[in-house]
Amino acid sequence: MKKILTLLLSAGLMTTAMQAVSSPQEDLEKFRLYYEQRFPGIQLDDFGNGPYALDANKRMQWESMEEFPPYEEYVDKGREIWETPFKNGKSFASCFGEDPSKVRVKYPRWDSKTQQVVTLEGDINKCLKDNGEKPFGWKKGKIAHLGAFLGYEARGQKINVVIPDDPKALEAYEEGKHFYYAKRGQLNLACADCHVQYPGQRVRGQMLSTGLGQTTHFPVFRAKWEKASPDGDGMGTLHRRYGGCNKQVRARPFKAQSRQYRNLEFFHTYMSNGLEINAPGYRE
Amino acid sequence: MTKPTKRLGPAATALALCIGLVLSAQASADDLEAGKKIAFDRSKGNCLTCHHIEGGPLPGNIGPPLIAMKSRFPDKAKLRAQIWDATAINPHSIMPPMGRHRILSEKEIDLVTDYIYSL
Repeated sequence: MKKILTLLLSAGLMTTAMQAVSSPQEDLEKFRLYYEQRFPGIQLDDFGNGPYALDANKRMQWESMEEFPPYEEYVDKGREIWETPFKNGKSFASCFGEDPSKVRVKYPRWDSKTQQVVTLEGDINKCLKDNGEKPFGWKKGKIAHLGAFLGYEARGQKINVVIPDDPKALEAYEEGKHFYYAKRGQLNLACADCHVQYPGQRVRGQMLSTGLGQTTHFPVFRAKWEKASPDGDGMGTLHRRYGGCNKQVRARPFKAQSRQYRNLEFFHTYMSNGLEINAPGYRE
Repeated sequence: MTKPTKRLGPAATALALCIGLVLSAQASADDLEAGKKIAFDRSKGNCLTCHHIEGGPLPGNIGPPLIAMKSRFPDKAKLRAQIWDATAINPHSIMPPMGRHRILSEKEIDLVTDYIYSL
């Protein structure tokens, strides 16, 4: 009798533990509705422009930058990387398919074989390693240039992260969601604190962007990174920014492409499902 | 000593004591300046990130402007507690807990409290 009771109890507890409070689809609907109500009149896709969607002055500054975008040179560099064959004669097309415009929209994705979230950067470096080439760094340089090219080619396509009916995939999504909403660091700040509670407000002179549309324009050319770069290369990946933000709240950053950041990207990008890819973006 | 001076003696002492008490209850100009320095320092209080403060360049607008503080916090101890840990009263506050997370030392919090209280 005691054994049966214990079995039933633990089964019940397990079910409760694995059951999410809401489904990703429900989360997405609420997320979108929250921002649409908070910022009425802004087109859904415009949220992908961050602070430039929220403030007329900033938008003017941004539009003048977009006339001669500083990321264009890196899209070209990325195109060259895509087209240059490896030493073994193969190329990135051998891994990703011939059409570069069809690549970006597939990421991030859940890989059921390895039971983890796979990012575009992850598969870029896997392609290099599988073909005997040296992998790129995760945060800037060639990986961001290739990402800029693939993002540019995919502009206009709608983000469509798929969370398959797999409890492990759901777990990864939930971990990413938890990360976004959890306070961390000596400054005790969550991503959501700034980007859900206070978008449109200013931190000193910088305007906070909305969580909605936050990943559509990565990799990003950031003026701050341009100033810090010896050759004025301001390109950087999403995980570069994750690390930077964590450091800014005095939290120890995770490594680029760590499980934590990949699961965060999984949740973060899913929240922009339905929005158009507008990579690479320009930011201050 | 004449008779009036003798009578004046204790009164003068009492007056001197009163003045002394008043002076020690108020922060000195030097202390206020020290508190302002901590408040404006990006690596310390960094208050301008979120708050408008008179004389602070390019303030943020996440928190309320820091003005008319004595009418908003008649009890200075409550202001100090707010700086020490704003989440105690409002769990959703995004203000970093200056004391609880040891962003500022207790002495620095004393100085900042006196400065903010004077606004």
